[in-house]
Amino acid sequence: MPGRMSAPLHLSRRRFLQGTAAGVGLLVGFDLPVGRAVAQTGGVLAPNAFVRIAPDNTVTIIAKHIEFGQGTYTGLATILAEELDADWSQVRVESAPADVSRYNNLFFGPAQGTGGSTSVANSWEQLRKAGAMARAMLVAAAAREWSVPAAEITVERGVLSHARTGRRATFGELASKAATLPPPADVKLKDPKDFKLIGRRIPRLDSKAKTDGTAQFTMDVYLSDMLTALIARPPRFGARVRTVDAAAARRVKGVTDVVQVPAGIAVLARNFWAARKGRRALRIDWDESGAERRGTDELFAAYRALARQPGTRARRDGDPDAAIAGATRVLEAVYEFPYLAHAPMEPLDCVVRLTPGGCEVWAGSQFPTIDHAVVAQVVGLPPDKVRIHTLLGGGSFGRRATPNGDVAGEAASIAKTIAGRQPVKLVWTREDDITGGRYRPLYVHRLRAGLDPAGRIVGWEHRIVGQSIIKGTPFDPLYVKDGIDATSVEGATTLPYDIPSIGVELHTTEVGVPVLWWRSVGSTHTAFSTETFLDELAHAAGRDPLELRRALLKNHPRHLGVLELAAQKAGWDVPLPRGRARGIAVHESFGTCVAQVAEVSLGRDGLPKVERVVCAVDCGVAVNPDVIRAQMEGGIGFGLGAGLWSEITLVQGRVQQSNFHDYRPLRIEEMPLVEVYIVPSAAPPTGVGEPGVPPIAPAVANALFHLTGRRVRRLPFARPTA
Amino acid sequence: MVTLRVNGTSRTVDVDPDTPVLWALRDDLRLTGTKFGCGVAQCGACTILIDGHAARSCVTPVGAIQGREVVTIEGASGQVAQAVQEAWRRLDVVQCGYCQSGQIMSAIALLSEIARPSDADIDAAMTGNVCRCATYVRIRAAIHEAAKTLGG
Repeated sequence: MPGRMSAPLHLSRRRFLQGTAAGVGLLVGFDLPVGRAVAQTGGVLAPNAFVRIAPDNTVTIIAKHIEFGQGTYTGLATILAEELDADWSQVRVESAPADVSRYNNLFFGPAQGTGGSTSVANSWEQLRKAGAMARAMLVAAAAREWSVPAAEITVERGVLSHARTGRRATFGELASKAATLPPPADVKLKDPKDFKLIGRRIPRLDSKAKTDGTAQFTMDVYLSDMLTALIARPPRFGARVRTVDAAAARRVKGVTDVVQVPAGIAVLARNFWAARKGRRALRIDWDESGAERRGTDELFAAYRALARQPGTRARRDGDPDAAIAGATRVLEAVYEFPYLAHAPMEPLDCVVRLTPGGCEVWAGSQFPTIDHAVVAQVVGLPPDKVRIHTLLGGGSFGRRATPNGDVAGEAASIAKTIAGRQPVKLVWTREDDITGGRYRPLYVHRLRAGLDPAGRIVGWEHRIVGQSIIKGTPFDPLYVKDGIDATSVEGATTLPYDIPSIGVELHTTEVGVPVLWWRSVGSTHTAFSTETFLDELAHAAGRDPLELRRALLKNHPRHLGVLELAAQKAGWDVPLPRGRARGIAVHESFGTCVAQVAEVSLGRDGLPKVERVVCAVDCGVAVNPDVIRAQMEGGIGFGLGAGLWSEITLVQGRVQQSNFHDYRPLRIEEMPLVEVYIVPSAAPPTGVGEPGVPPIAPAVANALFHLTGRRVRRLPFARPTA
Repeated sequence: MVTLRVNGTSRTVDVDPDTPVLWALRDDLRLTGTKFGCGVAQCGACTILIDGHAARSCVTPVGAIQGREVVTIEGASGQVAQAVQEAWRRLDVVQCGYCQSGQIMSAIALLSEIARPSDADIDAAMTGNVCRCATYVRIRAAIHEAAKTLGG
């Protein structure tokens, strides 16, 4: 996800009251767990777009961000419930509808969306104020009802009380009275020392539904008379249908339609199995004249050649060329990173019901604003006739956030082609997902650095070669500046080490393989090359890798804080038994600093077996420490799986992997023990969904070097047999 | 027409015998807790119990299981199932949650066979269940915790 989008947009936080006060009205959304649409009824206190308090004493928090595992529903609810002084047991959450006028991401400007680990960060002040506003209205209602001064009323765990008169009332009892009062012009927020929910272990709101089978994902939407659609997609990116023979497909029992759409040939059937049989029976002649025919071997060769040429400057401190030329010792390393698929557990899917008067969409939509516009355009309806219901997402890792609304657009195009005769559920099979593109781009990095006689790094030069994720998308004006896509170089341009001369250059390549952000985006590759190269320099200079980092981070207290904490908890100075080694890495992404120490032994086939990971994180105020721990654990597993196993390769333009047997995810026996420590902080919270990922692969690679003397310059550690 | 025993009830579905149990459960019986993840028995999201043993419903044809007892997450009940689900909730194992029905069904099958599984037993029983959120640390801990609960 786009990372550094926050700075220019923080101002819009100030406009929150205008935004939310206008939001009173009919709220329609989805309740956990069953996804039932509910309309607001009378007697409900709904002072802003983010909370409803009903006479039955439930507090419903409306989440403008999608929940796809990162714990956002729980985190957002914690923030609002804190200022409201609600009891956690009365708190519910439901998904906000797609409505940019009320639910935009304050860091994305005029767009509703989830990504860049921004959900809690951009909502922090907004939801605190929303909760405080509702609390103030309940207090005002009690003050009137009891004829006592508002200042004498206390609120605790969903109950208002007045000590002098002994009056008490629940939120539910006061909701309808409070709903008749005007919202306050301004509200006072709590002193953090009075927080009762924030910073505590608060149970997730979605645990029950996700352990009894009732949690509803898009895949679980079944509308009356709905058809399942699969699309036969081109064998090479950029190919198009020339002719199709659908006779055999149409004869498959249960198949109702075979239609051509921009993405390929769609087979519609009464159920998935018939659609799959029908798709297999298609005979398609593809026009591959415009297709990408290069393989990944050719791309790596071309990128390596480019990495020897100067690129577009992305950062320039001092004079790195002169510094390196004058160094007593120069190190150079070339790193290679493969294409990566996201492979969320819930394959991509979308349900569309198109009727003459409107269009409804059910999707795990990470960018509702984009999906909204794309669907409206495809079906030819004004946007106010299109409604998007955002359901739980079965993982995403960036894949459900496309700048062109690909999946929703495909589903809409099918619905349009059959003139809305029946609702349609588009399903991507796992093979479609693995072979269908939108990968983390393939990159080559070349790093050079010079040491002086004292073992100090005097110059650092970093060249990156790869496709741009952002170029040519609606995000281009925001994130591409002077030919530099910020997401290609983040983590390299933000290198925190105090080195007098630093140069970062970029070559942006044009390849017909579609690419996309992948959990932690640029840091997926920049953290690896910078943190392993620094380790090489430490070794060359005869310095301890922790000591060298410490010396270079004197002016970066947050980096230093996590580094010291992780090293201390890991017992960095305590010798390990024979056959084990430690590696360390520290990286900041999305405003969150994470350091990890990996303890590694040698497993099968020369692969590292990661025994234990000690992780320290500084993400500002720890809104929900257990969710933070879970995201670090999960980020470590996700990053480790990719580092060990994951690679998409192409031969003559054809993707060689197809499912989890050859695009191998991490499995339980490979998961290390993980310990997570959170640096106490009073700073505004930053995100945790992505920042746990970047440090793990370099920490493991550094440990592997200390164990074997072998440097890993190409990921994954294991080269799969295609 | 195929008749299946699902969660203690006989259900008749109008599908070809080669249809995977997964799609009969989902598309015909609307038991959507059992998930489609890969279609080739590589991820375990579709795990159900057949006569008490964990099975991948995405590659099991309905024609092959007539007369056998199928249990899905919706029908998971009894001491072991309860202990597993409660441990999952106490430890907040879930993240996106999509694989968790399958994880829980595999864990129920494991604990029904081995009352106090070792880490190696857990690896062997759970290796077929992928979690892309990598909730594995907590899955392991929850299985140990459920075993402890059941052991009294």
